[in-house]
Amino acid sequence: MTSIRCETLNKSFEGIAALVNTSITFPESGVVAIIGPNGAGKTTLLNILTGFLRPDSGQVFVGELNVSQFPPHLIARTGVARTFQELRLAYELSVLDNVLLSLPNQRGERLLSALFGFGVRKREEESSNSALRLLRFVGVGEQANSLVGELSYGQQKLVSIACCLATRAQIIFLDEPIAGVHPERAIEILSLMRTMREDGKLLIFIEHDIRFVRQIADFVIVMDDGKVIAQGHPSEVLSRTEIVDAYVG
Amino acid sequence: MEYCAQIGIVVAIFAMLAISMDLVAGHTGMVTLAHAGFYGVGAYVSALLTIHAGCGFLFASVIAMLSATGLSMVLSALTLRVSEDEFVIATFAFQMVLSGVFNSWTTVTNGSLGVRAIPRPTILLWTIDSSGGMFILAGVLLLGECLLIWKLTVSPFGRVLHLIREDTLLASALGKNVLYYKVVAFGISAAFAALAGSIFAHYVTYIDPSSFSVMDSILILSMVIIGGMGSYTGPIVGAIVLATLPEVLRFIGLPSSVGANLRQVIYGSLMVIVIVFRPKGLTGRFSFGRRSEI
Repeated sequence: MTSIRCETLNKSFEGIAALVNTSITFPESGVVAIIGPNGAGKTTLLNILTGFLRPDSGQVFVGELNVSQFPPHLIARTGVARTFQELRLAYELSVLDNVLLSLPNQRGERLLSALFGFGVRKREEESSNSALRLLRFVGVGEQANSLVGELSYGQQKLVSIACCLATRAQIIFLDEPIAGVHPERAIEILSLMRTMREDGKLLIFIEHDIRFVRQIADFVIVMDDGKVIAQGHPSEVLSRTEIVDAYVG
Repeated sequence: MEYCAQIGIVVAIFAMLAISMDLVAGHTGMVTLAHAGFYGVGAYVSALLTIHAGCGFLFASVIAMLSATGLSMVLSALTLRVSEDEFVIATFAFQMVLSGVFNSWTTVTNGSLGVRAIPRPTILLWTIDSSGGMFILAGVLLLGECLLIWKLTVSPFGRVLHLIREDTLLASALGKNVLYYKVVAFGISAAFAALAGSIFAHYVTYIDPSSFSVMDSILILSMVIIGGMGSYTGPIVGAIVLATLPEVLRFIGLPSSVGANLRQVIYGSLMVIVIVFRPKGLTGRFSFGRRSEI
């Protein structure tokens, strides 16, 4: 299993500190919730851990590999996947294509193998079957050939989770996975997250809905002003009234 | 018949240019204004190699393609990390540099006087000196380009290009090396632009910088936009419409001075109409715009 940790991360934007000496060691598996008010540094932390932002100082390790200066695609290849706060999918491509693009080590993705590679078609059939299984698993199998842009927001969230699963990543970051979705879809997402936990994956998610956090999280990290101000088991951390009142609402 | 073949050659050359530009602009989402520059590089390299080094058409064309690809990699290395808007400006600047070189490096390019007496293509001892033969040559090379680009764009490689077109950050998050794909797509595109340039040079037997200006880059981009981005027929339709327009205007009987200006007005109007009412072009797959900010 791969673990992820960060040490004394600092990041500021035009003099405003977004992260201050943040050090976190995540467990190897399970569900970790990162909560806190807007501007607490949650998404900045996620962006640094996945390589989309470079820290001003500090280090990020995936396993024993220091990935602090790695570009996002190399971090992704170490087994780290993510969704974005504002949903990102290829909207003018089909649902199936989106999942196929998430599968790692696809034959035919390099120039020479695309032009001259043997067995690309056969491998493509296997990949399509695998992608279809994932889409059925998250509940959007029937929409496989639709354009992503034609799906409802909730269905698009499910597709983004299917894409994360397709990467076969051990560590999956979900940025506000149920924000803006219908409660029924939220239940589906909750169920998917439980399944992923049972598969031994590490899920790290940012969320404002405290009820959802209580339902799924094994561990909670509370951030404010770019610092980790509390962490521990949800029942312990979320029972502190000062945290609930001040940071969760 | 001769006249039709001549029109066919021009359409084929512009179709080659439009298809190769569509690989970067339509399939990969990088709008470039340097395409006529690579077209010119191909024309000059091929012409000069055949005149001064006695190279055959095919060998000179291959060297021309490699030269353009090499230059595209220089441009890529300098510009592909910048934003889309900055990339367009950078390619515009690169086009201006190339135009400057074509005009000012007189010892090699003969400046605005151009290069004359470029031999007609000779392939396996067969010198193609008729318009019909040139049309067949241009058609065969166009078909080859179409097949290669089709093969690439329907493959998993092409799927990654389409992902990059839509969202570079998402592509990175999925472990795709965006820079690699952009450099490769840009290189292939430049190579085919150079091949079109080589055919052009050996067809008209005289080249000067006026055929490879930024206005020509814009014309090629217009063909892609009007025909439709990211489709296989779009750039060909765009090339047919815009490359035959001057002939249509000539049939109407307008004086050439009026016709030239009217042509620019029609190009511009068509672009506006297509962008407003049919953003995917006449037969396109993708519309404008993508996300690249987190």
